[in-house]
Amino acid sequence: MTKMTYREAARSALREALRSDPRVFLMGEDVGRYGGAFAVSRGLLEEFGPERVRDTPLSENTFVGAGIGAALGGMRPIVEVMTVNFSLLALDQIVNNAATLRHMSGGQLSVPLVVRMATGGGRQLAAQHSHSLEGWYAHVPGITVVTPGTADDARRLLLAALREPDPVFVFEHAYLYPMEGEVDETAGPGEIGRAAVRREGRDLSIITYGGSLPKVLQATDVLATEGIEAEVVDLRTLRPLDTATVLASVARTHRALIVDEGWRTCSFAAEVSARIMERGFYDLDGPVQRVCSAEVPMPYARHMEEAALPQAATIAAAAREMLPRRG
Amino acid sequence: MTDLTRARGLALLRQMVLIRRFEEKAAELYTEGKIRGFLHLYIGEEAVAVGAMQALTADDNIVATYREHGQALVRGVSAGAVMAEMYGKANGCSRGRGGSMHLFDVSRRFWGGHAIVGGSLPVAVGLALADHMRSRRAVTACFFGDGAVAEGAFHESLNLAALWRLPVLFVCENNLYAMGTALERHQARTHIVGKAEAAGVAGDSVDGMDVLAVEAATRRAAEAVREGAGPRLVEARTYRFRAHSMYDPDLYRTKEEIERWKARDPIALFTAALREQGLLTDEDIAALEASVGAEIAAAVAEAEAGPWEPVENLLRDVHTPMDR
Amino acid sequence: MPILGADMTAGTLIAWRKQAGDQVRRGEIIAEVETDKGLIDIEVFATGVLERIVVRPGQTVPTGTVLAMIREEAPVVVAPVTAGVAPTVAVPEAPAAAPTPAPERMRVSPLARKLAAELGVDLATLRGTGAGGAITREDVEQAAAAKPAAPARPRVDVARMRRIIGAAMTRSKREVPHYYLAQTIDMGRALDWLRAENLKLPVTERLLYGVLLIKAVALALGEVPELNAVWQGDQVVQSEAVHVGVAISLRGGGLVAPALHDVQRRALGDLMRALRDLAQRARTGGLRSSELSDPTITVTSLGEQGVETVFGIVYPPQVAIVGFGKIVERPWSVQGAVVSRPLVTATLSADHRVSDGHRGGLFLAAVDHRLQEPERL
Repeated sequence: MTKMTYREAARSALREALRSDPRVFLMGEDVGRYGGAFAVSRGLLEEFGPERVRDTPLSENTFVGAGIGAALGGMRPIVEVMTVNFSLLALDQIVNNAATLRHMSGGQLSVPLVVRMATGGGRQLAAQHSHSLEGWYAHVPGITVVTPGTADDARRLLLAALREPDPVFVFEHAYLYPMEGEVDETAGPGEIGRAAVRREGRDLSIITYGGSLPKVLQATDVLATEGIEAEVVDLRTLRPLDTATVLASVARTHRALIVDEGWRTCSFAAEVSARIMERGFYDLDGPVQRVCSAEVPMPYARHMEEAALPQAATIAAAAREMLPRRG
Repeated sequence: MTDLTRARGLALLRQMVLIRRFEEKAAELYTEGKIRGFLHLYIGEEAVAVGAMQALTADDNIVATYREHGQALVRGVSAGAVMAEMYGKANGCSRGRGGSMHLFDVSRRFWGGHAIVGGSLPVAVGLALADHMRSRRAVTACFFGDGAVAEGAFHESLNLAALWRLPVLFVCENNLYAMGTALERHQARTHIVGKAEAAGVAGDSVDGMDVLAVEAATRRAAEAVREGAGPRLVEARTYRFRAHSMYDPDLYRTKEEIERWKARDPIALFTAALREQGLLTDEDIAALEASVGAEIAAAVAEAEAGPWEPVENLLRDVHTPMDR
Repeated sequence: MPILGADMTAGTLIAWRKQAGDQVRRGEIIAEVETDKGLIDIEVFATGVLERIVVRPGQTVPTGTVLAMIREEAPVVVAPVTAGVAPTVAVPEAPAAAPTPAPERMRVSPLARKLAAELGVDLATLRGTGAGGAITREDVEQAAAAKPAAPARPRVDVARMRRIIGAAMTRSKREVPHYYLAQTIDMGRALDWLRAENLKLPVTERLLYGVLLIKAVALALGEVPELNAVWQGDQVVQSEAVHVGVAISLRGGGLVAPALHDVQRRALGDLMRALRDLAQRARTGGLRSSELSDPTITVTSLGEQGVETVFGIVYPPQVAIVGFGKIVERPWSVQGAVVSRPLVTATLSADHRVSDGHRGGLFLAAVDHRLQEPERL
């Protein structure tokens, strides 16, 4: 095990993929000479050259579409979109092509494309660089949505994405990039579609993913000092969703709190909640609760942004509210 | 037309007639409710698909629009498979998942009919990128209409293809109308080749009603692309004789305009040219029509007889099966 | 259906004196119920509108069944309780001690509903401890655990309890070497403070002096912790938490002393609410078995009956019981001057195997001391 940042772990996976598979190449805005907007691809241009580490024009729709075409043509493209907000310019390619071509062709083709992008707030970047829209993508059948919440997952889930025959969208929370974690660089790809229990507990299940995971773990540390033992389920993949792990946890704790940095209305948390209602209703000892972002475009000012996002304190408070009044 | 042989003339004519008769039959079946959804007919534009396709090899990629019956048939997708697809049958070329707008045959590198205007251009650029990176000497031919030049994806795609010198052949089928909006009503500059040149893509404009002219222009462009000169654009000026789709009262253009263009029917023009050169007889035409008629009758029979996909297979083909 | 006698398990609703939509006032008779003992009037303990009649005349239903819904300011479920025996502790009937506000449909978690069906627990007899007063799994499980062997109600069976108390008291008197101490405490400061405090509180939140006594006992135990203990086998184990058993007498001669948990750590307002709740549930049969086994010391007060001094019997496995009598105005010497002061006699009955009179005396002095600083309680 090596200690490295989430950013380095993602880079480690990119390097490994570029080294081991000649079909793999990376393209996107400033992935080459600049080293990646979040420095994830720093050094890769020097190592692999401009044919395989391609700087693109600011044409999100076209370079994502070109990724689809290159995948059809036998390559293994990794497309980096700078942030999820920018990916909206490529929604046509993602929703109308990447997700549909296999189906529309009656199963004649596959689109083995990996698209990575930064998501999430917390860096005072205001309302066009800070949103968490991965839940929108998870709505779309035909694509896979991966949201690594740890450095090890940043590496292993990216490697796993490259093994998928169909399009995979990897959402890397920008707040996680500098965070350090233990990474086993000899480990193989992770398993897409499998959630992880990050902490065991008997009193309630907190279900989360991506950038909210560290906040949830902070909250559960505080709760533990109060005698509240929360189980933490890290979804890791939003589509396909590992419903079984969620339900098993709720069956143990009988309470579910979902933490999701997306806006509450029509959030991914709403989907998780619905699944619990559908299949875990009779395990519930209280209503499912959600901590999501406030229904506002992300404000710039620090205190306002903090108030808009889920925080460890709000998560802990929501958990306390769900437990019976003791004594 | 110097090197036009009788055999090649008959072959080109047959392809155009096949498209024409196939679509006439499709229109008829549509009114009977056998074919549903949108049905966009290519009638009047046959010379473009037939002419352009002559310049392409089996290794080349084809990316088409939702008005793609012609390209599919010329590429060799069987009339039966196309008709069955329009019926929504399991023996359709897309197993009934796509319908008229989404004909696919990957074995023939026919990468589909695409129904988002402009949305297929980036995919074509990507196919060419893959060929470039894999050192495959192939051309990706991307058909699109004049409406697509209004889309950002058109400009982005031409730029990226030119920037990376990718082997893309952009074929603009300019039938003058983006659905119901005439080119001059949506473009400040209607000169499409000029738009390509602005992106650094050399372009050529050709009479889309003349199959041999289209073939010649496409061949020149395709060869340049194949030789590594980067992308090229061919604009074929053409006209659709039928409405945009079946449910369209054609309010946006005059009968006189349609009649003027029908006077330049590509099949009639080519038939006359062949006759003039003594390459075509009345018997040839009768035999050709009979052969095409039989092929279409067989296609309809194949579609009629084809099985419906079992509903249990509804979720098939969303993801690729994989041993995990 | 209120529990009107220790052995009553069901009753037959004979007649309603009020109809749906009628205004009802606390203390009014709203219905008549036929029991094995005869026809009994049902008094209501809430003021509001009789919103819905649930049990019709002629129906026989188990005790604990909701007979009717009365809407107070907020809608409340009222299982009417009888007048009958006045409370014997310094705990009020408490007008606001109506059960948790709930809409007409009870708030029950899906899991609790499923479990209740499996375990044969009647949800109508439970009081929810979950968010918004919802009945939770724990409520159902505790009710199920508290059930007598038979498939009876998940309430405390008074007759059975009487037998258990009897056995326990007999054993205690035979086996526990009791010693008894008494101390007179000046309640003047405590009562003055209480009056001032209550002026700031809404009527429903007002404190009763009994809660000061209980809190003072709990805090005093911090100084003499060996009194806050229970026998486990032949060992005495001191408890860190102070769970004060509050003696509450029941109609029909029953007596329970359910626990107020963690008294030393809780604010007076919180304790008051908990005390009201305990009293309410003790009388409507909503106690949990754990509440009866949790106490680490017992406090009993018979002041409302006019009793001046209480000599209690230690309730095993506990090792001490504290008694309070009536507060009476008496001449009292303060710095050489005789003045009239409100006095109360506090007593300690304790297990001599665990503590002795010296420590017991320190404890009562500590209680006195705490009551002289009511603002710190």
